[in-house]
Amino acid sequence: MEKTQNNKAWFLVLPVLVIVAFSAILPLMTVVNYSVNDTFGDNQFFWAGLEWFEEMVTSDRLHEALGRQILFSAIILAIEVPLGIYIALNMPKKGVWASVCLVLMALPLLIPFNVVGTIWQIFGRVDIGLLGHYLAELGIDYNYTNDPLDAWVTVIVMDVWHWTSLVALLCYAGLQSIPEAYYQAARVDQASRWSVFRFIELPKMAGVLLIAVLLRFMDSFMIYTEPFVVTGGGPGNSTTFLSIDLVKMAVGQFDLGPAAAFSIMYFLVILLVSWVFYTVMTNLDKEEGK
Amino acid sequence: MAQITLQNLAHSYYANPRGEHDFALKQMDHVWQDGGAYALLGSSGCGKTTLLNIISGLLKPSQGRVLFGDRDVTDAETAERNIAQVFQFPVVYDTMTVRDNLSFPLRNRGMDAGYIKSRVNQIAAMIGMESMLDRKARGLTADAKQKISLGRGMVREDVNAILFDEPLTVIDPHMKWELRTQLKQLHREFGHTMIYVTHDQTEALTFADKVVVMYDGRVVQMGTPEDLFETPAHTFVGYFIGSPGMNLLDAEIRGGTAHLQGASIPLGAAYGPMTGRTQIGIRPEYAVLTEGDGLPIKIRRVEDVGRHRIIRGDVAGATVNVIAPEGMPVGASLTHVRFTPDRINVYADDWRVAPLGGAA
Repeated sequence: MEKTQNNKAWFLVLPVLVIVAFSAILPLMTVVNYSVNDTFGDNQFFWAGLEWFEEMVTSDRLHEALGRQILFSAIILAIEVPLGIYIALNMPKKGVWASVCLVLMALPLLIPFNVVGTIWQIFGRVDIGLLGHYLAELGIDYNYTNDPLDAWVTVIVMDVWHWTSLVALLCYAGLQSIPEAYYQAARVDQASRWSVFRFIELPKMAGVLLIAVLLRFMDSFMIYTEPFVVTGGGPGNSTTFLSIDLVKMAVGQFDLGPAAAFSIMYFLVILLVSWVFYTVMTNLDKEEGK
Repeated sequence: MAQITLQNLAHSYYANPRGEHDFALKQMDHVWQDGGAYALLGSSGCGKTTLLNIISGLLKPSQGRVLFGDRDVTDAETAERNIAQVFQFPVVYDTMTVRDNLSFPLRNRGMDAGYIKSRVNQIAAMIGMESMLDRKARGLTADAKQKISLGRGMVREDVNAILFDEPLTVIDPHMKWELRTQLKQLHREFGHTMIYVTHDQTEALTFADKVVVMYDGRVVQMGTPEDLFETPAHTFVGYFIGSPGMNLLDAEIRGGTAHLQGASIPLGAAYGPMTGRTQIGIRPEYAVLTEGDGLPIKIRRVEDVGRHRIIRGDVAGATVNVIAPEGMPVGASLTHVRFTPDRINVYADDWRVAPLGGAA
């Protein structure tokens, strides 16, 4: 049968394009517009070219925030990924306790971000918080509002509490898909516990683990709400991560031009990292299917 | 290598079995000779895999003991038992090369590197994968993967036994025959005790010196292929072995004669009185169509299967199959079927009854 060529069908995509344009492309273009202009309000724009970008690329403030951000994401991944795998390996495989564990693990994921922040903000307070109070009782000098290290520890512990479940649940799903025969074969082959993990569990988890790392990287790299509620970026600038700095710049100081240039670079970094992950993941799939 | 003894062994997947029907494996006592090639034959769900997993220690029996030689290994871990097992579906370590897959059990036992290398090459030659040794196992075809599984099962020379759980299910038919021959050759060469689970009678009969037929959680017969053919101990064995299986007809046994539907059939020997449902069993190979001698048969269908023809008919309401040699004309004049008297077995409640006078 002859195939009918009818390019008019493309018009059917039009409504989607319109919606995407209004919801994504236009706002993004507004940011681009701000990044290459200077404005004093009243919709008056003066062409600035790449000036804001140059300013941002050479700004110490941005470098410091970026440094803090990378350190934060690195610490988060270094703790949450191994811990998540460890928890997944030790969760019961079936029965009532498996369900109980799943529900308990899912709980932190269901709490709104600002609520998580508030919980930890109060929990850590030395005067009324359970954690802060007992740490003080034990003679530990802990105060997240004064001490940068304490602030970092609090923010990191909070994030680990909030998000390790995600890694654990994804790994658990990966582990559940391993047929029993693999474990049996390993026992017959007299494999050690480490070998079972290295050659059976880890390869089978690799796919979901990569997704977990990607999600945790992106989320932690964009983190805003929780540290903002707990520390507000302080003490000083010690927990001012990229998003917090960006909001300070755009809303606090009303430096829309630099903030827009900053946003675009921020967006591109995340896009780049996601692309790298995507490429690695699809290659992994291809190898699997070969 | 060791003789494997099962003492009062039984297994139930329920924590508190209530009655015999809860047992996947009914109580059994068996000795598997050192160096024997056994086939464990039975239909799906009869307990073959359960028994295999108990021997390899992947499953702990609800009751009874498992002995390797004189050593009680009932509570020993699989790794301790030094046993090899090949599963129904390929299990390979995806991220390893074929070579690493094959050497894995040897390295886990801390063997010498030089020995591992030569042994792996030897096994690779046997399964025909020498050219692929340095490839990653991931992405190989299912039958290549299964060959690796087989190779990994055979790589250790000092194992107590090698257990195969329907290992050739995913293999191409022509490769099946080749691998089976190689297993057989390997058995002759090294004399490992081998237990081969299958539901395919051809596979069982060509591989094994002794075939163990299981039915409903019980070992119903353990014998040579000839025993299974000539004197099936249970009607299931008669039905399961042979193509088509044994003909079974309800009959009343009195002395040396079987009576059914007013006709009487001479038996090869005399039998004592028996109770329960009594049947005679005769292989289609030992039934002959005649022009008036024997029981009246109504022929339903004739199937030509090449070397011979299978005639499917009715005798007194029961199906009776007859194997007729190639070239023998089957005409309308053949209205009766005659059974060779000394090939008739007698069954009471499905179990074979030995004739009087001792000849079992």
